[in-house]
Amino acid sequence: MKTEDLKNIKDYKYGFTTDVENIRSPKGLSEETIRFISNIKKEPEWMLEWRLKAFNRLKVLKEPDWQKPKYPKINYQDLYYYSAPKSASENPKSLDEIDPKILETYKKLGIPLVEQKRLNGIAVDAVFDSVSVATTFKDELTKKGIIFCSISEAIQKHPELVKKYLGSVIPLSDHYFATLNSAVFTDGSFVYIPPNTKCPMELSTYFRINASETGQFERTLIIADKGSYVSYLEGCTAPMRDENQLHAANVELIALDDAEIKYSTVQNWYPGDEKGVGGIYNFVTKRGACRGKNSKISWTQVETGSAITWKYPSCILQGDNSVGEFYSIAITNNFQKADTGTKMIHLGKNTKSKIISKGISAGNADNMYRGLVEIKNKAINSRNYTQCDSLLMGNKCGAHTIPYIKNNNATSTIEHEATTTKINEEQLYYCNQRGLDQEEAVSLIVNGFCKEVLQQLPMEFAVEAQKLVAISLEGSVG
Amino acid sequence: MLNIKNLEAIIDNKHILKGLNLDIKPGEVHAIMGPNGSGKSTLANVLSGKNGYEIKGDIKYNGESLSELSTEERAQKGIFLAFQYPLEIPGVNTNTFLRTSVNSVRKAQGEKELDTLTFLKLIKEKASELGIDEKFLSRQLNVGFSGGEKKKNEILQMKLLQPKLSILDETDSGLDIDALRIVADGVNSYKNKENAFLIITHYQRLLDYIKPDYVHVLSNGKIIKTGNADLGVQLEKTGYSNIV
Repeated sequence: MKTEDLKNIKDYKYGFTTDVENIRSPKGLSEETIRFISNIKKEPEWMLEWRLKAFNRLKVLKEPDWQKPKYPKINYQDLYYYSAPKSASENPKSLDEIDPKILETYKKLGIPLVEQKRLNGIAVDAVFDSVSVATTFKDELTKKGIIFCSISEAIQKHPELVKKYLGSVIPLSDHYFATLNSAVFTDGSFVYIPPNTKCPMELSTYFRINASETGQFERTLIIADKGSYVSYLEGCTAPMRDENQLHAANVELIALDDAEIKYSTVQNWYPGDEKGVGGIYNFVTKRGACRGKNSKISWTQVETGSAITWKYPSCILQGDNSVGEFYSIAITNNFQKADTGTKMIHLGKNTKSKIISKGISAGNADNMYRGLVEIKNKAINSRNYTQCDSLLMGNKCGAHTIPYIKNNNATSTIEHEATTTKINEEQLYYCNQRGLDQEEAVSLIVNGFCKEVLQQLPMEFAVEAQKLVAISLEGSVG
Repeated sequence: MLNIKNLEAIIDNKHILKGLNLDIKPGEVHAIMGPNGSGKSTLANVLSGKNGYEIKGDIKYNGESLSELSTEERAQKGIFLAFQYPLEIPGVNTNTFLRTSVNSVRKAQGEKELDTLTFLKLIKEKASELGIDEKFLSRQLNVGFSGGEKKKNEILQMKLLQPKLSILDETDSGLDIDALRIVADGVNSYKNKENAFLIITHYQRLLDYIKPDYVHVLSNGKIIKTGNADLGVQLEKTGYSNIV
C-alpha cells in the first residue's frame, strides 16, 4: 500500500506529509555519515571526536533483545541519519526566513510559530526531522539568563555547558540505542536555567518526523542550576507510512541543589494502521540525575502513539533528600506494543520516589509495565511508593507488570501496589443509561482511570491529553 | 406512553419474563411488587435496554418500538432508570459526570448544551432541594458514597435529566426513614401530568410516601394481579404467598 492510500484510512490527523526539498546524509551508518552530520552542523572538533568515540563503542555493542515486543531486524545501513529541509539547513534562521510550508505544517499541528499567534506563556522549539527550525520567546528568556535553544546552537554558543553535562547522565557506552544516538544525534533542545531562577513560562519542544526512510535521533539536555525551576513539555507526531521508522532519542536532565525539573511528554507518533502495518519504533533513553541535595525530577508521560514504545524515563537520586517521580499513561490499541516504566536509583540519604503507572490496552495490543526500584546501602531512610494499574478493553489484548525491587538497607521502605481490571460492562451501561454514547462513556471512564497522571500535566496540555486519550481508544469497544 | 405486550425475556437460557402486559399513561404512578426472583429488575433492565437479553413481544414507547433503540437513545428520549446498585466510577467527578449526562441528553433533543456556570447554578439548586451537600458534587462518582447518598444521587440525576418515564428499581432498599422521605419528596416534587413513574419495590413503606395509581403484583414473570394503592397495603399484611 502506498503512503497516499494510507492517508485516507483512519483519523490519525497528524498523518500528513510536507513536501519540501531535503538535504540528506549519505545512506547508512558509517564514519562518513557522522562526519557529514558534524560538518553540516558546523560543530567544533571535540564534538566530532565525541561522536566518533561513540561510534567506535557502538561497533562492539549488541542490540538488546530482552524486551517483550519483538520487531524485525532493523537494517541500519538502509536508513538516512540526517534529513533536513534545504531551506532550514543554513542556520541560524529568523522566523521570516522559514519555509512557509514548514510554518504551515506546525500550524496544522496546532503549534503556531509566528509571532502574533504564539501560544500564550509557552516557548516552543520546533524540531523538523533532523533540525530545529524555530525557537520562540528566546529574547524574553535570555533577559532572565535562561538559555533555550537547539542543541546544535548550544554546541556552538555554550560549549562549556555542553561539554560539562552532555553524556554525564547517559554515558557514551550506555547501551546500543543510547550509544547510537550519541554517534548520530541530530537535533533537540538545550535548556539551562541559572541559579535561583524560576522559568517564567512552559518550555516545550515539538518533534516532527516528516521525511521517509529516515531515523530521528533527538538529543535533549536540560540543566537546572541551584535553586531553579523549569517545566518542560515535548510533543511528537509523524506522517502515516507503511514503513516503520526509528526514533531513538536521548534525553538527559540534571538538577543541582534545590532545583526542580518537571518533564512532560505527550507522545503521539504514528501508531501504524489497524492491521499493525507501519508506525514508529520509539526507542528512547531518558534519564535524570538529581545531583544536588533537595532536588527533584518529575517525569510525566502520556504515550498514545508509536507501533512500539520502549522506554524507561529514570531518576538517579544522588543528592540527599532528593525526590524522583514518574507518572505514566501508556495506551496501546490495535497492534501497538509498549514496554515502558521507570528506574529509580536511590543513592542519597532520605531520598524519595513515587511511581504511578496507568496502562490501557485495547484491540490486539500488548502493554507492559517494567520498572526498577533500587535503594543502595547508603541511601538510608529512603522510600518508594509504586502503583501500577492496568485496564483491559476486550479479550485479545494483554497487560503485564514486572517490577524489579532491590532494597539494600533496613531503614528504607518500598511499597508496590498493582491492579488489573477490565473495563466494566456495568459502568458502561450506567453511562449509556444516562445518555452517553459508547465513545463518550469509554472516554469518561478511561480519563477517570488516568486522572492521577493527567493532573500532573501543565494545564494547557491536560485538556489536549484528555482528548488524545479518548481518540486513541476510538472504536475499541463496540 | 408505554405499552408492553406479551413481553418475554430470556438470559443465559433462563426464561425470566413470560408474557408481561402493562400500559402506562402520562401522569400515572405504577408500582410493581413481587417476591424475589419474580423478574422485577429484569423488567427495569429490559426497558432501559441493557445488553444480554433475548426479547420477545413488543414494547412501544410513545408509539415507537423500543427494540430499535440503544440504551443511550432510550435515555435521550426520556427513559430514566434509578439503579438499584448505582455504579462507582473512580476518578470521575460527580459534577463532570452529571454535566456530561445532561448535555448528551440535551444535544440529542436538539437543545443547547449548558455551559459550566449555568450548569453549576442548576445543579446547586437541585442538590439543595434534595438536601445534598455541595461538597458531595466534587467527589468521585459514587465512590465511597453511603447507600443513602447513592440513592439520593440517582434522584438528583432524575431531576436534572427531567425524564418522561422514570423507573425506580428498589430505590428504597438500604434507606433509613429520613433518606426514604427525602427520596420520596424528590419524586413527588417532580411528578406532574406529563411524566410517569414505574416504581419497583419489595415493600409497602415507599408507597406510604409516594401514592401509586396502580399496584401490580409480578410473579414468575407475569403480572398476576393489579389493583389500586390498597393492594400494596393488603400485601404488606398478608404477604405474597396468599396470592402467588
